[in-house]
Formats: sequence, C-alpha cells, structure tokens
Amino acid sequence: MTSALNPRFSFETFVVGAANRLAVTAGRTVAENPGSAYNPLFIYSGSGLGKTHVLMAIGHAAKTIASQLNIEYLTLDEYVEAFHAAIAAGQGDAFRRRFQNVDVLLVDDVQFLTNRKEMQAELLRLTEALQQSGHQIVLASDRPPAEIADLDERLISRFSGGLVVDMGIPDYETRVVILRRKAEERGSSFQPGVLETVAKVEYPNVRELMGALNRLIAFQAVNDTPINAEAARKVLGVPTAASSTAAAPAAASPDEFSQFLTDVTVTVGKAVEAWRARVAEAVLRWEGEGYRTGRLEKLLDQETPASVDEAIAAYVQDVERLKALEAEVAVLDPQAAGERVFRDPDHMDEAEAAAAKVRDGAAPPPAPSGAFPLDSYVAGPSNDVALKAARDVIGKPGKKYNPLVIVGRSGLGKTHLLNAIGLELAKKKNAVVACLSTQQFVDELIAAIDGNRVDWWRARYRRATALLLDDIHLLAGKERTQEELFNLFNQLVDADRQLIFTAPAHPNTLEGLEERIVSRLEGGLVAEIVEPDKELRRSVLERLLTQQHVPMEPALLDYLADRPIDSVRSLTGVVQRVVEAAAAQDVPVTAGLAREVLEGAPPPRRTAGLRTSGIVVSSAGGVRSREKMVWDWPTAGDRVIEDLR
Amino acid sequence: MSLVNFTTREITCKIVYYGPGRSGKTTNLHYVYGRVPETRRGRMVSLATQTDRTLFFDFLPIDLGQISGFSTRFQLYTVPGQVYYNATRRLVLQGADGVVFVGDSQARQLDENIESLQNLQSNLLEHGVDVRAMPLIMQYNKQDLPPELILTHAELDDALNFRSVPSFPADALHGKGVFETLKAISELVLRKLSAGSPAA
Repeated sequence: MTSALNPRFSFETFVVGAANRLAVTAGRTVAENPGSAYNPLFIYSGSGLGKTHVLMAIGHAAKTIASQLNIEYLTLDEYVEAFHAAIAAGQGDAFRRRFQNVDVLLVDDVQFLTNRKEMQAELLRLTEALQQSGHQIVLASDRPPAEIADLDERLISRFSGGLVVDMGIPDYETRVVILRRKAEERGSSFQPGVLETVAKVEYPNVRELMGALNRLIAFQAVNDTPINAEAARKVLGVPTAASSTAAAPAAASPDEFSQFLTDVTVTVGKAVEAWRARVAEAVLRWEGEGYRTGRLEKLLDQETPASVDEAIAAYVQDVERLKALEAEVAVLDPQAAGERVFRDPDHMDEAEAAAAKVRDGAAPPPAPSGAFPLDSYVAGPSNDVALKAARDVIGKPGKKYNPLVIVGRSGLGKTHLLNAIGLELAKKKNAVVACLSTQQFVDELIAAIDGNRVDWWRARYRRATALLLDDIHLLAGKERTQEELFNLFNQLVDADRQLIFTAPAHPNTLEGLEERIVSRLEGGLVAEIVEPDKELRRSVLERLLTQQHVPMEPALLDYLADRPIDSVRSLTGVVQRVVEAAAAQDVPVTAGLAREVLEGAPPPRRTAGLRTSGIVVSSAGGVRSREKMVWDWPTAGDRVIEDLR
Repeated sequence: MSLVNFTTREITCKIVYYGPGRSGKTTNLHYVYGRVPETRRGRMVSLATQTDRTLFFDFLPIDLGQISGFSTRFQLYTVPGQVYYNATRRLVLQGADGVVFVGDSQARQLDENIESLQNLQSNLLEHGVDVRAMPLIMQYNKQDLPPELILTHAELDDALNFRSVPSFPADALHGKGVFETLKAISELVLRKLSAGSPAA
C-alpha cells in the first residue's frame, strides 16, 4: 500500500532558502544518481517544514530523469501496515522481494519506529538489501536518528552512514517568497505590504504560514475588498505595531492621562526622530558620495543630542576640506587623489598628511638650464641632423621622434642642445619639462628610496610632459634606476610625452645598459653630432669672441679656427686662455698673442749655450710647444722601424 | 540638567508651575496626580502649611515609560506663590525646561499676576535665562468663578500675555484645562528639543 507521489510536490515548487538549501541539494543529487551519492539520505525537520515535499520531489525528479525507475513513496505506518498484511497472508517473502526491487524507496515519518522492534529489524534488513543492490533509500523524520527513542543502534549507524541533513524554519525572505508563490498559485493578489506583514509573523512552520495565508484569502474573498496590512494583522490576531509599549498600559486609564500620554508620545517621537532623520539623511548622502560616515553612525547609536547639528556641520566641514584636498592632490598626482584617505573624515590628519606629502613631491622636476638657449646654439654641418631633429621635436613633442637620442663625444654641445630643446618645450602651455643629468636622476632616486618616498618621486616625473636626461650612459650598472626609467619611459611614451637623451656613443654600444632600455633608445631617432668642422669652429669663435668683447681680427679668427681642436668645449677653453693671457699682459688679443699662448714664446736666444742636437730644450726641461709633442706613441709592434743602411 | 540624555536614553522634562499665591498651581498638580496611574507616578512631595499653602514646593514625578526608545519622565514642580519665598522660587526655577504661568482670573488679582510675571522674568534672568527663550504657557485659572468676579480669557491675554504664548482658561479644581496646559507645555518643551537646541 503505497501513496502516489503528489504532483504538486516537486523541486520546482519548493522554495529554497538558507534553512533548507542543503537538504534540497542533497535531494537533487540523490534523484540524479540514485543509490550512488548519499545512501541512505536521512532528512529531518520539524513538522510542516517540507520533508514530505522534498521526499516526493526526489521521487519526481528521479522519475523524470529515468522513467524506467521503480519508485515507491510511503509513510512508515503504511509500510508497517503492508508488512502486517503480508505476514497475515503468509507472504512475508513476497513483501520483502517487492521492496528489495524498488529503485528509489522514500519512507516518510520514520520517527514512528519508536518501540517497534520487529519493524526496526525489518527496516534494517531492507536498508542493507537496498544498499547492497545499489538502490536508493531516503528517509524523513521529525528528529535526527539518534533522537528516535528505542531505535536500534545498528539502524542509527546505518542511517548516519549516509547523509543526515536537517531543514530549519525558513527566514523572512524565504517566507515572503513562499507566500507570494502560494498566493499566486491560488490566484489571489494582495496589496503591497500584506504578505510581508504575514511573513513578519514567526510561525513555527510553513504549514501554519499557509494557514495564515488561507485565512487572508478567505477574508478577502468574503469581504470583496482588498485587505491591507493593518487589516491583515487584525485578521491574523497579530498585535499591531502601534499598540506596543505605550498604548497597552494606557488602556488601563482611559482618561485624560492616557490621552496626554498619546500626545506626548507623538511629540517625543517627532522630536527624537527629527534629529535621527537629519543624521540618517546626512549618512545616506555622504555614503552615497563615497565618504565614510562612521562618525555620524556612531551618533545614531548614542551621543549627546545637543551636538547633533554641530556634529553634522563639523562633518560636512571636514568633507568639504577633504574635497578641497583631493582636488588639490588630483592636479598634482591623479593617482594619489583616488586614495581612500581622502574619503574618511574621521582621519583628517591622515588626509592632510597625505596631501602634504603629495604637495612636497609636487615640487616640479628639475627644469632645463636657462644658460643654454637654442639661439646660442651654433649650427653647422657637423650637427645639422641633430639640430633638425631637435626642431622637429620642439614642433611636435612626443609625436615625431620619441625618444630622441643625441649622441656624440664629450664637448660637442649635446648638453647645450638638450637644454635648448628643454627650454623651448617648457614654453608650451602646461608644460612640465624635466631636464637633468642622469647622475642627478640616480641620486634623487636613491634619496627617495632612503626617505621612503619613491612614490612621490615617481609621481613627480610622471607629471612631466617631457623628460630630458643627459648622459644616459651613466645608468650603467644602476639596476633600480634602469627599472624605474623603463617604467617611466613606457608611461610617458604611451602618453605621447617627449623623451630626449644624450649619450657619448650609439646606445647599442653602451655597456651596462639593459637590453630593454637600449632597444627603446634605439626605437626613436639617434642623431649624431660629430666633431666641429672648420666652418662651425669659425662660427663658434665669432660668437665666443663677441661674448668676450674681443675685436674680430681676421688673422686671429683664421689662426684659431685652424687649430686642430676637436670639440666646442676645447675651443671655448682655448679662447678663454688667450683672452685671460691678454688681460694678464694687458695687451690686445691678437693672432700673435694667441700663437704665443698656445704654442709658447719663441725660444730665448742663447748667448753662450750648449751645442746640442739642434732641438731646443727649454729651461723647464721640456718642449715648449705641446702641440709639437707626440703624446700617443704607437705600441712597439705597430711601429715601422726603418733600418738605416 | 539636560533635557534629553542620549547616553542613558532618558528624556527628563522639568516643568515649573509659576504664579501668584493662591492661583491654583498645587491644584493643577493634584489633579494630574489623581489622573496618573499609580504605577506611573512617584510620590507627590508637598510641603504645605497648616492652611494648605505651599511652603516650599510641590514635586510630582511622572514616568511616561518608553517613548521612541527613551525612558521619559516629567517632573512637575510648583513654586510657593507668596512674595517672601522668592529664594525658593528661584531655586525651583533652576534647570526648568518649561514654565506654566498659572494666573488668577479674578479681576482683583490682576496686579498680583503682573507682579508674579515680572518676578518670573527677573528670577529667570538670575539664572541667565531669557524669558523669551523659555517655553512658556499661560493658564488662567478659576474660570469657574462667577463672571462678574473674573476677567475673560481675552481680557487676561490682553493684560498678561504680551508675548502671545499659548494660553488656556482653566478650572484646575475640576480639571478643566489642566491636561490641555500640560500637553501644551510638553509640546513646547519637546519641540524645542527637536529644533536641536539644547535646553538650559
């Protein structure tokens, strides 16, 4: 005698909440893989919480998945009844065979095994047989196996050997869903708030919850008017919210005092809630804007009321200050502006400190030197490639050649050109040109690491619209700086910011630079400045002499321009020496003086000198003209020795 | 004394019934006392002379229970009306959250009413309180007396209520106007709280 599965009890109609999720999941698993997952599955819960529903749902689901399965649902009482009937008819074996062939056996109300020793033995035998043949058994009870009185130890261990899950009272949300779904099933609709009101009542089980719903449905049907939340409470006999503390004792004194009390209650309510509302409003508002409102929330918990408005005002003032700080920081370092510290009015000091830190770091990076204007840079064939590149870069910073690497030996004017470009770039609107030597760059980073201020150091250079580094080869061996430069490089290039470097030689010949840096340097334009030609030397001389207010004597110019000078710096030094000598002797700068200074005075006439080999040995023991000395002798092997015959 | 203590979640209103001698201040309190359920009222302290004149002051604490989560208490005080108890009056006024001025409606008592009002003002000033900042209700008591003896509500308002505060005709002996007055002063006091300004 087994019950048919009730088609309404399926997993689809079962409202799953936190309290029954485990049981439902286990049930579904069992239905999908009968006999293999959890065997036996033991579900227990208080009455009316859906055991039977889940049990039948397992049956339905199993049947849906595999229609050939033999599924039996019965309560323990039905099982006992069938057993007794079979024994009475002398067909005990047939009874046992019948149940041993069931693929999924669902037994409800197992708690009635109490004091039924023979049934316990029978069920134990059946469970073992089903388990052995890989058939599923699911049991439901209103209590866990160990709490069923007089239950055979073997049964307890057998049941516990599978999975024992419980189902609790659904939470409020689940209750609302259950009510909505049931109301829908019944074709009833309620005013908003009615079902929520019912759900708020903590009925001990879903069955009573359904009873409450039924009453409402009936009430609504009879009265032909939609029921509201208040009426629902009355129908269900739930005390109304208003009749809580104050009104109850008031009923005892139905006179002026109770009336007075009601009035005062309303007034106090308004008074108290008024400030609460103000605080809550402020909390909502600032929370919405992303500010921490701990201070205000604390106010809601408790706090002296006298200061509520002052506290809100102070809070707002702090928020305004934070906004100002953040705006200020955003200009200097956009990344720092997003920091949480600017959203926490409870720690104003931290925000101020953070802003101060950014402000410190916001000191602009080193700017190009004003001593090297572009118009003082003398152009010539030896540097026209570099100069043209420089003009292109100035015209379209970050777009044309990025990076631009100016290479050339020392003293050829790389630094001058670099600074000159920097000065031109700095003239542009909102330009922040960082122009410094690589050594300074390294030193700054070391100082930043030392002061734990690497972040602001980075931020400082990230703000630059152009980064100009002199003598990039000094990065050799400075791994951390190379790392930082690499990152900075990528960021700046991505943002179309101009990068310019100088190096004494082609980047790929520089030693000690990481490959990734070298390849990036090579990726732009490498413009070389070569040794100044005579024409350039002449132009430079003209400029130098003009600066020194020396009259432009053609002979002097010719003589100096013809000197074998390989860099502008040397040329400058030469001019300096000549001019100083002239000043010391108080004579005008002439070609003759220059020759005397540079090549030495004519040898003094010896009246009674030693006869020597013809080379005039100076009194100082050396050759006077340095230019006539051979300083770099070839190595012995390279010398050509001519044998004299 | 602070009106609302949010830490202990208490609201305490100190209401002082002020007025000339024999105007019915104690009668007001007695009537209230009689209407408050025993569980909600404290012992009414009344120090009176043989002839039932208030010697020191009357004190009636009323517990209104939990209101909006606040344990709410009203403390009703009267002052001795006689001119020579001014020190006591000043003492009782200290920390008051609201004042009910109980005037005597009898025409011949008008001067006493005015004198008492002036006395109230000066005593409040002694405490550094401006009478304009203090929640105040006027109650014209003894309106049950024959019309020829008393001034009407309007006349008394004209004569006494120059600040145009809420005023009530009353017959404290029979309770007429007593609770109306109490309710009105309560609202004033509590509204002051809701406005966010701390009571003195």
